[in-house]
Amino acid sequence: MDNMTIIAVVSIITAGLTIALGSVGPALGEGRAVSTALSSLAQQPDASATITRTLFVGLAMIESIAIYCFVVSMILIFANPFWNHVIAGAAKVAGK
Amino acid sequence: MIVLAVGSKLITRRLSTELTRSRWQNLLEIVVTGIEKQIEDVGLQNPKKYIGFLGTLFLFVALAALGTVIPGYEPPTGSLSTTAALALCVFVAVPLFGIEEQGLWGYLATYTKPTIIMLPFNIISELSRTLALAVRLFGNMMSGAMIIAILLTITPFIFPIVMTLLGLLTGMVQAYIFSILAAVYIAAATRTRKAKPALAIKT
Repeated sequence: MDNMTIIAVVSIITAGLTIALGSVGPALGEGRAVSTALSSLAQQPDASATITRTLFVGLAMIESIAIYCFVVSMILIFANPFWNHVIAGAAKVAGK
Repeated sequence: MIVLAVGSKLITRRLSTELTRSRWQNLLEIVVTGIEKQIEDVGLQNPKKYIGFLGTLFLFVALAALGTVIPGYEPPTGSLSTTAALALCVFVAVPLFGIEEQGLWGYLATYTKPTIIMLPFNIISELSRTLALAVRLFGNMMSGAMIIAILLTITPFIFPIVMTLLGLLTGMVQAYIFSILAAVYIAAATRTRKAKPALAIKT
Protein backbone atom coordinates (compact mmCIF):
# COMPACT_ATOMS: atom_id res chain seq x y z
CA MET A 1 0.00 0.00 0.00
CA ASP A 2 1.39 3.36 -0.89
CA ASN A 3 1.44 6.45 1.28
CA MET A 4 -1.89 7.83 0.15
CA THR A 5 -3.80 4.67 0.91
CA ILE A 6 -2.20 4.26 4.33
CA ILE A 7 -3.01 7.83 5.32
CA ALA A 8 -6.58 7.54 4.09
CA VAL A 9 -7.25 4.23 5.85
CA VAL A 10 -5.71 5.29 9.16
CA SER A 11 -7.49 8.65 9.11
CA ILE A 12 -10.91 7.17 8.55
CA ILE A 13 -10.50 4.43 11.14
CA THR A 14 -9.14 6.85 13.72
CA ALA A 15 -11.92 9.33 13.09
CA GLY A 16 -14.51 6.67 13.71
CA LEU A 17 -12.78 5.36 16.81
CA THR A 18 -12.27 8.87 18.21
CA ILE A 19 -15.91 9.78 18.22
CA ALA A 20 -17.02 6.30 19.26
CA LEU A 21 -14.80 6.05 22.33
CA GLY A 22 -14.95 9.74 23.05
CA SER A 23 -18.68 9.86 23.55
CA VAL A 24 -18.84 6.99 26.04
CA GLY A 25 -17.31 8.85 28.97
CA PRO A 26 -19.29 12.09 28.68
CA ALA A 27 -22.53 10.18 28.17
CA LEU A 28 -22.03 8.19 31.37
CA GLY A 29 -21.01 11.30 33.25
CA GLU A 30 -24.03 13.25 32.08
CA GLY A 31 -26.32 10.40 33.05
CA ARG A 32 -24.96 10.42 36.58
CA ALA A 33 -25.18 14.21 36.79
CA VAL A 34 -28.81 14.28 35.70
CA SER A 35 -29.78 11.45 38.04
CA THR A 36 -28.19 13.20 41.02
CA ALA A 37 -29.88 16.46 40.03
CA LEU A 38 -33.25 14.70 39.83
CA SER A 39 -32.88 13.15 43.25
CA SER A 40 -31.85 16.46 44.81
CA LEU A 41 -34.81 18.14 43.10
CA ALA A 42 -37.05 15.56 44.68
CA GLN A 43 -35.55 16.32 48.07
CA GLN A 44 -35.74 20.12 47.79
CA PRO A 45 -38.16 21.31 45.15
CA ASP A 46 -37.98 24.96 46.15
CA ALA A 47 -34.30 25.17 45.18
CA SER A 48 -35.18 24.01 41.68
CA ALA A 49 -33.98 27.18 39.92
CA THR A 50 -30.47 26.92 41.36
CA ILE A 51 -30.31 23.19 40.84
CA THR A 52 -31.48 23.44 37.24
CA ARG A 53 -29.01 26.19 36.41
CA THR A 54 -26.12 24.34 38.03
CA LEU A 55 -27.18 21.19 36.22
CA PHE A 56 -27.08 22.93 32.85
CA VAL A 57 -23.69 24.48 33.49
CA GLY A 58 -22.29 21.12 34.59
CA LEU A 59 -23.78 19.37 31.58
CA ALA A 60 -22.19 21.92 29.25
CA MET A 61 -18.79 21.35 30.79
CA ILE A 62 -19.12 17.57 30.46
CA GLU A 63 -20.44 17.91 26.94
CA SER A 64 -17.41 19.92 25.85
CA ILE A 65 -15.22 16.83 26.20
CA ALA A 66 -17.38 15.06 23.64
CA ILE A 67 -17.23 18.18 21.48
CA TYR A 68 -13.42 18.08 21.56
CA CYS A 69 -13.47 14.48 20.29
CA PHE A 70 -15.97 15.44 17.62
CA VAL A 71 -13.82 18.33 16.44
CA VAL A 72 -10.78 16.05 16.20
CA SER A 73 -12.64 13.52 14.10
CA MET A 74 -14.01 16.27 11.85
CA ILE A 75 -10.48 17.56 11.36
CA LEU A 76 -9.34 14.06 10.44
CA ILE A 77 -12.06 13.69 7.85
CA PHE A 78 -12.37 17.16 6.36
CA ALA A 79 -9.29 19.20 7.15
CA ASN A 80 -6.65 16.51 7.35
CA PRO A 81 -3.27 18.20 6.88
CA PHE A 82 -1.45 14.98 6.00
CA TRP A 83 -4.06 14.11 3.40
CA ASN A 84 -3.81 17.56 1.83
CA HIS A 85 -0.04 17.31 1.77
CA VAL A 86 -0.14 13.91 0.07
CA ILE A 87 -2.78 15.06 -2.42
CA ALA A 88 -0.70 18.10 -3.31
CA GLY A 89 2.31 15.85 -3.82
CA ALA A 90 0.35 13.50 -6.08
CA ALA A 91 -1.02 16.41 -8.10
CA LYS A 92 2.49 17.75 -8.59
CA VAL A 93 3.69 14.33 -9.75
CA ALA A 94 0.75 13.94 -12.15
CA GLY A 95 1.18 17.45 -13.54
CA LYS A 96 4.86 16.96 -14.31
CA MET B 1 -26.20 42.28 14.72
CA ILE B 2 -27.70 45.12 12.72
CA VAL B 3 -31.17 43.83 13.51
CA LEU B 4 -30.36 43.88 17.22
CA ALA B 5 -28.93 47.41 17.26
CA VAL B 6 -31.56 48.99 15.02
CA GLY B 7 -34.38 47.19 16.79
CA SER B 8 -33.36 48.30 20.25
CA LYS B 9 -32.75 51.86 19.09
CA LEU B 10 -36.25 52.04 17.61
CA ILE B 11 -37.92 50.57 20.68
CA THR B 12 -36.18 52.72 23.27
CA ARG B 13 -36.82 55.92 21.38
CA ARG B 14 -39.96 56.59 23.33
CA LEU B 15 -39.68 54.95 26.70
CA SER B 16 -42.62 55.38 28.99
CA THR B 17 -42.81 54.81 32.71
CA GLU B 18 -46.56 54.74 32.89
CA LEU B 19 -48.70 51.71 33.23
CA THR B 20 -49.33 51.37 29.53
CA ARG B 21 -46.41 50.78 27.24
CA SER B 22 -45.86 49.42 23.81
CA ARG B 23 -45.46 45.70 23.58
CA TRP B 24 -41.96 45.97 22.16
CA GLN B 25 -40.81 47.88 25.22
CA ASN B 26 -42.42 45.22 27.34
CA LEU B 27 -40.47 42.56 25.49
CA LEU B 28 -37.21 44.38 26.00
CA GLU B 29 -37.93 44.87 29.69
CA ILE B 30 -38.66 41.19 30.15
CA VAL B 31 -35.41 40.24 28.48
CA VAL B 32 -33.31 42.77 30.38
CA THR B 33 -34.72 42.04 33.81
CA GLY B 34 -34.44 38.31 33.15
CA ILE B 35 -30.76 38.59 32.33
CA GLU B 36 -30.19 40.87 35.29
CA LYS B 37 -31.75 38.37 37.66
CA GLN B 38 -29.60 35.56 36.26
CA ILE B 39 -26.44 37.61 36.70
CA GLU B 40 -27.39 38.39 40.27
CA ASP B 41 -28.04 34.70 40.97
CA VAL B 42 -24.55 33.82 39.82
CA GLY B 43 -23.13 36.03 42.53
CA LEU B 44 -22.26 39.37 41.00
CA GLN B 45 -23.27 42.10 43.40
CA ASN B 46 -23.93 44.91 40.98
CA PRO B 47 -25.53 43.46 37.87
CA LYS B 48 -26.04 46.81 36.16
CA LYS B 49 -22.33 47.15 35.53
CA TYR B 50 -22.01 43.86 33.73
CA ILE B 51 -25.31 43.54 31.99
CA GLY B 52 -24.07 45.48 28.98
CA PHE B 53 -21.36 42.97 28.22
CA LEU B 54 -23.06 39.76 29.32
CA GLY B 55 -26.43 40.69 27.88
CA THR B 56 -24.87 41.46 24.52
CA LEU B 57 -23.05 38.12 24.51
CA PHE B 58 -26.21 36.21 25.28
CA LEU B 59 -28.41 38.07 22.80
CA PHE B 60 -25.88 37.82 19.99
CA VAL B 61 -25.34 34.07 20.37
CA ALA B 62 -29.05 33.41 20.90
CA LEU B 63 -30.14 35.38 17.85
CA ALA B 64 -27.37 33.82 15.76
CA ALA B 65 -28.84 30.44 16.65
CA LEU B 66 -32.45 31.53 16.17
CA GLY B 67 -31.72 32.62 12.62
CA THR B 68 -31.40 29.02 11.48
CA VAL B 69 -35.16 29.10 11.06
CA ILE B 70 -34.62 31.21 7.95
CA PRO B 71 -33.70 28.96 5.03
CA GLY B 72 -30.35 29.58 3.48
CA TYR B 73 -28.96 31.00 6.72
CA GLU B 74 -25.60 29.95 8.09
CA PRO B 75 -25.04 30.72 11.76
CA PRO B 76 -22.05 33.02 12.17
CA THR B 77 -21.08 31.18 15.33
CA GLY B 78 -20.52 28.09 13.21
CA SER B 79 -17.09 29.30 12.27
CA LEU B 80 -14.19 29.10 14.67
CA SER B 81 -13.19 32.72 13.98
CA THR B 82 -16.40 34.14 15.43
CA THR B 83 -16.37 32.00 18.53
CA ALA B 84 -12.67 32.64 19.06
CA ALA B 85 -13.37 36.38 18.84
CA LEU B 86 -16.15 36.08 21.42
CA ALA B 87 -13.96 34.03 23.73
CA LEU B 88 -11.16 36.58 23.38
CA CYS B 89 -13.63 39.30 24.38
CA VAL B 90 -14.35 37.38 27.57
CA PHE B 91 -10.64 36.75 28.09
CA VAL B 92 -9.96 40.48 27.95
CA ALA B 93 -13.05 41.49 29.91
CA VAL B 94 -12.38 39.32 32.96
CA PRO B 95 -9.13 41.07 33.98
CA LEU B 96 -10.65 44.44 33.07
CA PHE B 97 -13.57 43.95 35.44
CA GLY B 98 -11.29 42.42 38.04
CA ILE B 99 -8.87 45.35 37.99
CA GLU B 100 -11.73 47.81 38.02
CA GLU B 101 -13.11 46.18 41.12
CA GLN B 102 -10.00 45.31 43.08
CA GLY B 103 -7.19 47.49 41.75
CA LEU B 104 -4.20 46.19 39.81
CA TRP B 105 -2.31 44.57 42.66
CA GLY B 106 -5.44 43.19 44.23
CA TYR B 107 -6.33 41.44 41.02
CA LEU B 108 -2.82 40.12 40.40
CA ALA B 109 -2.77 38.84 43.96
CA THR B 110 -5.71 36.56 43.23
CA TYR B 111 -3.45 34.58 40.92
CA THR B 112 -1.25 33.64 43.84
CA LYS B 113 -4.09 32.39 45.99
CA PRO B 114 -4.25 29.93 47.68
CA THR B 115 -0.46 29.51 47.47
CA ILE B 116 2.23 30.92 45.18
CA ILE B 117 2.79 27.46 43.72
CA MET B 118 -0.61 27.72 42.07
CA LEU B 119 0.51 30.65 39.91
CA PRO B 120 1.31 28.69 36.72
CA PHE B 121 -1.79 26.55 37.16
CA ASN B 122 -4.00 29.61 37.51
CA ILE B 123 -2.55 31.10 34.36
CA ILE B 124 -2.98 27.85 32.46
CA SER B 125 -6.54 27.47 33.67
CA GLU B 126 -7.29 31.01 32.50
CA LEU B 127 -6.07 30.23 28.99
CA SER B 128 -7.74 26.83 28.77
CA ARG B 129 -11.07 28.27 29.94
CA THR B 130 -11.00 30.70 27.06
CA LEU B 131 -10.14 27.96 24.59
CA ALA B 132 -12.89 25.74 25.98
CA LEU B 133 -15.45 28.53 25.58
CA ALA B 134 -14.55 29.02 21.93
CA VAL B 135 -14.43 25.33 21.00
CA ARG B 136 -17.61 24.47 22.89
CA LEU B 137 -19.70 27.04 21.07
CA PHE B 138 -18.07 26.33 17.72
CA GLY B 139 -18.48 22.56 18.04
CA ASN B 140 -22.13 22.78 19.00
CA MET B 141 -23.07 25.16 16.20
CA MET B 142 -21.01 23.49 13.51
CA SER B 143 -22.21 20.00 14.37
CA GLY B 144 -25.81 21.13 14.16
CA ALA B 145 -25.31 22.69 10.75
CA MET B 146 -23.30 19.73 9.47
CA ILE B 147 -25.81 17.12 10.62
CA ILE B 148 -28.61 18.99 8.87
CA ALA B 149 -26.56 19.29 5.70
CA ILE B 150 -25.73 15.58 5.66
CA LEU B 151 -29.28 14.55 6.45
CA LEU B 152 -30.62 16.69 3.62
CA THR B 153 -28.81 14.43 1.19
CA ILE B 154 -30.10 11.24 2.75
CA THR B 155 -33.65 11.63 4.04
CA PRO B 156 -35.23 14.86 2.92
CA PHE B 157 -38.48 16.41 4.09
CA ILE B 158 -39.19 15.49 7.68
CA PHE B 159 -36.14 14.33 9.51
CA PRO B 160 -33.98 17.40 8.80
CA ILE B 161 -36.72 19.53 10.32
CA VAL B 162 -36.51 17.52 13.52
CA MET B 163 -32.77 18.02 13.56
CA THR B 164 -33.26 21.74 12.98
CA LEU B 165 -35.44 21.81 16.08
CA LEU B 166 -32.71 20.06 18.04
CA GLY B 167 -30.21 22.54 16.65
CA LEU B 168 -32.39 25.42 17.85
CA LEU B 169 -32.59 23.94 21.32
CA THR B 170 -28.87 23.38 21.63
CA GLY B 171 -28.24 26.85 20.22
CA MET B 172 -30.33 28.45 22.96
CA VAL B 173 -28.74 26.33 25.66
CA GLN B 174 -25.26 27.13 24.39
CA ALA B 175 -26.02 30.85 24.35
CA TYR B 176 -27.16 30.62 27.96
CA ILE B 177 -24.12 28.55 28.94
CA PHE B 178 -21.71 30.94 27.26
CA SER B 179 -23.02 33.99 29.08
CA ILE B 180 -23.40 32.22 32.42
CA LEU B 181 -19.83 30.93 32.24
CA ALA B 182 -18.60 34.42 31.37
CA ALA B 183 -20.54 35.73 34.38
CA VAL B 184 -19.02 33.07 36.64
CA TYR B 185 -15.51 33.92 35.49
CA ILE B 186 -16.11 37.62 36.07
CA ALA B 187 -17.58 36.87 39.49
CA ALA B 188 -14.51 34.82 40.38
CA ALA B 189 -12.26 37.69 39.35
CA THR B 190 -14.17 40.43 41.15
CA ARG B 191 -14.94 38.61 44.36
CA THR B 192 -13.23 40.54 47.13
CA ARG B 193 -12.08 38.60 50.14
CA LYS B 194 -13.97 40.02 53.04
CA ALA B 195 -12.30 40.12 56.43
CA LYS B 196 -13.61 37.43 58.69
CA PRO B 197 -16.30 38.91 60.92
CA ALA B 198 -15.49 38.82 64.58
CA LEU B 199 -17.37 36.25 66.56
CA ALA B 200 -20.44 37.99 67.82
CA ILE B 201 -21.37 36.28 71.00
CA LYS B 202 -18.98 35.20 73.64
CA THR B 203 -20.63 33.72 76.64
